Amino acid sequence: MTLPASLDEAVAALAAMPAAVPVAGGTDLMAAVNSGLLRPAALVGLNRISEIRGWQYQDGHALLGAGLTLARMGRPDFAALIPGLAAAARAAGPPQIRNAGTLGGNIVTAAPTGDTLPVLAALEATVIIAGPGGARREVPVSHLLAGMEMLRPGEIVGFVRVPLLHAPQTFLKATGRTGPGRAAASVALVLDPARRGVRCAVGAVAMMPLRPLEAEQWVASLIDWDNDRGLAPEALTAFGDYVAAACIPDPAPPEDGTEAATLPPAALHLRRTVAALARRALGRALS
Amino acid sequence: MTGTHEGAGAVTVTAAPGTAPATTEAEPAPHGLGVSLPSADAPAKTQGTFPYAADLWAEGLLWAAILRSPHPRARILSIDTKHAAEMPGVRAVVTHEDVPGDAGHGRGTPDRPVFAKDEVRHHGEPIAAIAADHPDTARLAAAAIAVEYEVLEPVTDPQLAFEAEPLHPDGNLVRHIPLRFGDPEATGEVVVEGLYRIGRQDPAPIGAEAGLAVPRPDGGVEIYTAATDPHTDRDLAAACFGLPQDKVKVVVTGVPGATADREDPGIQLPLGMLALRTGCPVKLAATREESFLSHAHRHPTILRYRHHADAEGTLVKVEAQILMDAGAYADTSADALAAAVSFACGPYVVPHAFVEGWAVRTNNPPAGHLRGEGAMQVCAAYEGQMDKLAAKLGLDPAELRLRNAMATGDILPTSQTVTCPAPVAELLQAVKDAPLPDLPKDAPQEEWLLPGGPEGAGDPSAVRRGVGYGIGMVHMLGAEGADEVSTATVKVSGSVATVICAAVETGSGFSTLARQIVQETLGVEEVHVAAVDTDQPPAGAACHSRHTWVSGGAVERAAKMVRTQLLQPLAHKFGMSTELLQIADGKITSYDGVLSTTVAEALDGKELWATAQCRPHPTEPLDDTGQGDAFVGLAFCAIRCVADVDIELGTIRVVELSVAQDVGRVLNPAQLRARIEAGVTQGLGAALMENLRTTRGLVRHPDLTGYPLPTSLDAPDIRIVKLIEERDVVAPFGAKPVSAAPVVAAPAAVASAVRAATGRPIGRLPIRPQAAALTPLS
Repeated sequence: MTLPASLDEAVAALAAMPAAVPVAGGTDLMAAVNSGLLRPAALVGLNRISEIRGWQYQDGHALLGAGLTLARMGRPDFAALIPGLAAAARAAGPPQIRNAGTLGGNIVTAAPTGDTLPVLAALEATVIIAGPGGARREVPVSHLLAGMEMLRPGEIVGFVRVPLLHAPQTFLKATGRTGPGRAAASVALVLDPARRGVRCAVGAVAMMPLRPLEAEQWVASLIDWDNDRGLAPEALTAFGDYVAAACIPDPAPPEDGTEAATLPPAALHLRRTVAALARRALGRALS
Repeated sequence: MTGTHEGAGAVTVTAAPGTAPATTEAEPAPHGLGVSLPSADAPAKTQGTFPYAADLWAEGLLWAAILRSPHPRARILSIDTKHAAEMPGVRAVVTHEDVPGDAGHGRGTPDRPVFAKDEVRHHGEPIAAIAADHPDTARLAAAAIAVEYEVLEPVTDPQLAFEAEPLHPDGNLVRHIPLRFGDPEATGEVVVEGLYRIGRQDPAPIGAEAGLAVPRPDGGVEIYTAATDPHTDRDLAAACFGLPQDKVKVVVTGVPGATADREDPGIQLPLGMLALRTGCPVKLAATREESFLSHAHRHPTILRYRHHADAEGTLVKVEAQILMDAGAYADTSADALAAAVSFACGPYVVPHAFVEGWAVRTNNPPAGHLRGEGAMQVCAAYEGQMDKLAAKLGLDPAELRLRNAMATGDILPTSQTVTCPAPVAELLQAVKDAPLPDLPKDAPQEEWLLPGGPEGAGDPSAVRRGVGYGIGMVHMLGAEGADEVSTATVKVSGSVATVICAAVETGSGFSTLARQIVQETLGVEEVHVAAVDTDQPPAGAACHSRHTWVSGGAVERAAKMVRTQLLQPLAHKFGMSTELLQIADGKITSYDGVLSTTVAEALDGKELWATAQCRPHPTEPLDDTGQGDAFVGLAFCAIRCVADVDIELGTIRVVELSVAQDVGRVLNPAQLRARIEAGVTQGLGAALMENLRTTRGLVRHPDLTGYPLPTSLDAPDIRIVKLIEERDVVAPFGAKPVSAAPVVAAPAAVASAVRAATGRPIGRLPIRPQAAALTPLS
């Protein structure tokens, strides 16, 4: 186990020990180690790298350190800045997990139920990756989550760049219980008044957050951006149904012309859940 | 020894008769029965210094690992242990070939092999065990054992077990009880039918199974583990090791949570065999996954009901079919089925009852004892039926239950007369009359926890509140002619008393109770409870409130015998009978206050010992129509549940559970309260989230992420509104079991509240969100 003090030292440590695994909060990694799924030859601890434990402003964006803990992101000062991400961080498991788990860890683990991921997708955030020799490259989070781009050997996620939109954002999560639990479905929704856009992402229903682009464009065109942004309840309901149908589509009709199969009851309930979440998320953002 | 007391050696005669001893200390330590004596091991447990089996250590110990079946059903074609045995650090490998004695074991029916021989019958069944000098080596070696399987199609639907080819040489039917009571032709004016399915709850003990086996120089073996039934475990182990019983000793260590049988032979037998084989101590600490795969679960049950009632709502007839999935091996399924069939109509007067119950083998994980087994499953069903009946008759659900409530003197469908206190109507009335919790509109300034939790998606406009009821009944002690006996020894020496009894303290509070009994009877403040091992006489398994009744009774008798020994010389000296002397706060006084001495002085350096047994009145097995006086006693619990449901998402938050319970007599108020709260919370888990899911016999998520347990955020306000203390005259203290009854009633009450909030039938536990959500079509 090495504990580098800067991002470049960490990259160098990984280069020196290619079999080493970087670890931040360890909430996913150590569970895998404990259950015997993973036996890393060495660990590179990222918790001493102070440059990635905070955030800074950068031309209309916030540059978030990948080592920000979920607990830190849940605090009011952060919530005033990026309310959707703060809400997702507060919903992400019990306090013990939130105290250790990090933003970068959430992205790298890329669990379908990762709570910050739909918010990052809705915000169209980008990831700044540190590579050998001080190299930095910037990749959209969604590309990383979709596997369109991968972390190369020796690379570490350093920062997440998030636009500051100065408008309401919501994150809603459905779980089967009152206590902390994994999302059955989650919806992140952000308003972008400058670009007159609504951006929405649905988490936990697929391997990565899904963006219902047509539904976003349709509802953005309905909103009176210059005055009261409110929408009629029917429009909110229609938006919810639009989002849900886009994310959990009906099975395609078979080519031989026979009747299409219907969704199983559990999928229908999931679709109704997504519809209710999206409707509520938009309603709360516009109210 | 007694010299520490002033005025030792002389009996002082006080001048003023009747004056109480002037020991008015600021706060005397609580002692005796009826007070909240804290548990002796509570400080060590809260500070993390209490030793559990996983903390044990012995010089030169080896680590064990068990190879478990990855298939729910497969034929074993060959087992090749050669590579594993040759790995450096591996000291022994054992398989079915190495079992020296009986190949089969099991509580109730010895139908389970120590290691699978020709066939594996459930996911996680042990096939071989390894002892090595490091736990990782042992695990790697276990993985290196080459087993050739012919994978077979598993039978996982209990409804198909009747027609399926035999999964076990004993056949697929573990037990069938066709209960017939009354007139089969009777019919009611109103008939309701229902189908109910209960999931597979896991005991999920906070500490996973662990044990240490130490070989003895005489060829025997000692097993240190958190057994809850050490003597049965010892007998099974001795039979499998081919040793006489006195060569095997089970020593009970700290028990890290037990609501079911713990540390079953599946852990003890491989450990003992490896210790005997290697001549070294061998330790095993199960992983959470192994724990989920190895111990017994609650029986998943399918119940079909038809209730007949007259127009006023008086029950006429109950017809039911109960199918319990016993999993691959019988375990205690026959007993669970007897409870399910006997209590199938609930605590209601039913003149005609026809109940068919089956427990069948499948290739699912084995089921066994778990608090309220059998009774909990049927409670969810009969209370569902009562709700349906109330809805059909347009009656208040509580009113309908009150009209049919059982009381002392009524007859169970097994033809047994209820002779113990049965204050069912009073319990229900108490929870019904308890004030309801505030609605959000009554206290708008407060922050309301909505279904879905603090950061959830709950929307007040979609939340509906429901109120529901559940009344559970459980039996005390073993049923159907089980020989219930416990033996206890009490020793007094100086100012210290010691209790020796093989009743395991599982967290049920027995050791605290034993201290209270001795304090009450002998007036000795300092009472120690000795550690349990099988060199002591048997006390039975720690379940069904056995120890409060049977072992508590034995402790009381032994303490009374010591008391007589202690007082006899004094009584003789002063020419009065021992009944006229009383002991309190370490002092012996006569009825008139003339005589006053201390216990220590009366002992005069002697040690007094007494051993006594307690054996409650016998019961009889159910006959071939389910009739018989099968139970020693019954206990009841009524719960009212208030639940909020988000009808769009189907998320449920239980706001409050109000409990009224028939406890016989409160022996330790704080402990009683804790036991009820724990039982209610376990019931809540069964109602809302706990279900060990399997796919074609494979356990899908054997971990605490995939198997959620209620946390403090999930737990509602639990209000104990009434404890009815009507002493059961046949029980030693008149006390009744407290832990199991709330587990039985709570799931039914939660389902009833969700039914009231949504109007949906709620036939399946745990309740899935889609069952509690209202769809535009439904």
